[in-house]
Amino acid sequence: MIPGPFELVRATSVDEAVAALVEHGDDAKILAGGHSLLPLMKLRLAMPGVLVDIGGIPGMSYVRVEGDEVAIGAGTRHHELEKDAVAAAEVPILPCTAGQVGDPQVRHRGTIGGTVAHGDPASDLPTALLALGGDVVVQGPDGRRTVPLTEFFLGFFETALAEDEVIVEIRVPRTGSAGWAYEKFTRRANDWPIVAVAAVGHRTGGVGGPYGVALANMAGSVVRATATEEALARGASIAEAAALADEGTNPSADMHADQEYRRHLARLLTRRALERAAAA
Amino acid sequence: MQVSMTVNGRQRSDDVEPRLLLAHYLRDVVGLKATNIGCDTTSCGACTVIVDGLSVKSCTLLAAQAEGARVTTLEGLAGPDGELHPMQRAFREEHGLQCGFCTPGMVLAAIGVLADNPDPSDREVREGLEGNLCRCTGYHNIVRAVQSAARSGPAAGQVPQGPEAAR
Ligand SMILES: Cc1cc2nc3c(=O)[nH]c(=O)nc-3n(C[C@H](O)[C@H](O)[C@H](O)COP(=O)(O)OP(=O)(O)OC[C@H]3O[C@@H](n4cnc5c(N)ncnc54)[C@H](O)[C@@H]3O)c2cc1C
Ligand code: FES
Ligand code: FES
Repeated sequence: MIPGPFELVRATSVDEAVAALVEHGDDAKILAGGHSLLPLMKLRLAMPGVLVDIGGIPGMSYVRVEGDEVAIGAGTRHHELEKDAVAAAEVPILPCTAGQVGDPQVRHRGTIGGTVAHGDPASDLPTALLALGGDVVVQGPDGRRTVPLTEFFLGFFETALAEDEVIVEIRVPRTGSAGWAYEKFTRRANDWPIVAVAAVGHRTGGVGGPYGVALANMAGSVVRATATEEALARGASIAEAAALADEGTNPSADMHADQEYRRHLARLLTRRALERAAAA
Repeated sequence: MQVSMTVNGRQRSDDVEPRLLLAHYLRDVVGLKATNIGCDTTSCGACTVIVDGLSVKSCTLLAAQAEGARVTTLEGLAGPDGELHPMQRAFREEHGLQCGFCTPGMVLAAIGVLADNPDPSDREVREGLEGNLCRCTGYHNIVRAVQSAARSGPAAGQVPQGPEAAR
């Protein structure tokens, strides 16, 4: 399979990438690792006339501590995050989750900016990021703006990113030694989650309640398990709170699982995740 | 558009369409046919090559994305006098292949596994090769081959760099 024809623009700076997006409008798409976009283009499910390759922009891959936050460059590949010592010490859920994306070859190419921009409801890193809370930093023709992760994932492959914006950075709170867990349920080794749950303890109670909890593949986008978070904030037990994990969700049914089974998995994996996080 | 990269130690520059995939570039433009295309959907790993030291699925990379990179295919592994790379030798000695279709990708992915972890357990080898499918399902011998290669020394996790690498 071969993608449809397109023009390739090799951006050497984010400014250049934004300018190319402005120039070509909705005919243009950013190309990062290409591990979501190229498969779609090979199937002709996406046929952009212009690809703006940001893979050659220097300085887009980094993980660093800035005050109470960890800043992660949008170009950071899953495998770089998986091996990163700063991330392991400051936000350990992220390297652990990055190491569960696809297989090694996929992790060698895919980027955190790409998986966040793509907005797949079954994606791993966005689930962990949503549980952490924090911000997506995007750059457009009018400069930079910051979108809270809780307002970023809007629906099925739909995000708050405008057509002429580039994700430059993800910022998450440092969780340090607070408990966390990522529970991913798959049928085959290197697969996407059928359901996954991320739970992170917040040192300062940051987003309301002792744990941030997020779910993959339980709705049109990755979502917070709000009822569970609120129950925990009220002092409910883990079992009570986990039993509410699927409240307000709308999971899809496919060959892997029907809706009821997904709901069951969400409750079960939430309990496991919270128990592991609490024991840490 | 013009793309330049080093393939098995040789510098190349070719005029290609932007949409040309690295797998097709290597097979049809460079003429190196060891890189197989199995699924064409990023699943099977038959098309695995090494780009700047890391295993990647060349059916899911534009040739243009390898601009300036060092690319190694199976043809780049053996020494100038045909001496097999330790990983190739281990696959032969441990019967790590049957029909051989998955083998070029398996061998290159396996070198990547050892580059990451020079002494992997059985489970670590299996996880490291989870992006590679063998339809002959000879996984036991493949795992045995990777562990045998690991015992042979650090060269089993390294890709040859020199321009002498055979084409
Ligand atoms: C075989 C296979 C298995 C996989 N398994 C999993 C899995 O188990 N779990 C999982 O979560 N993911 C999985 N993935 C997806 C993988 O994580 C992708 O790498 C990721 O979704 C996209 O990242 P990318 O850098 O490759 O983005 P690309 O494919 O380059 O881009 C994806 C989309 O995001 C846009 N984009 C990219 N970067 C930016 C940016 N900085 N600013 C604005 N827009 C941008 C592009 O325009 C495009 O629309 C798998 C992929 C494959 C091929
Ligand atoms: S042909 Fe590339 S992964 Fe199967
Ligand atoms: S040896 Fe036949 S596919 Fe692996």
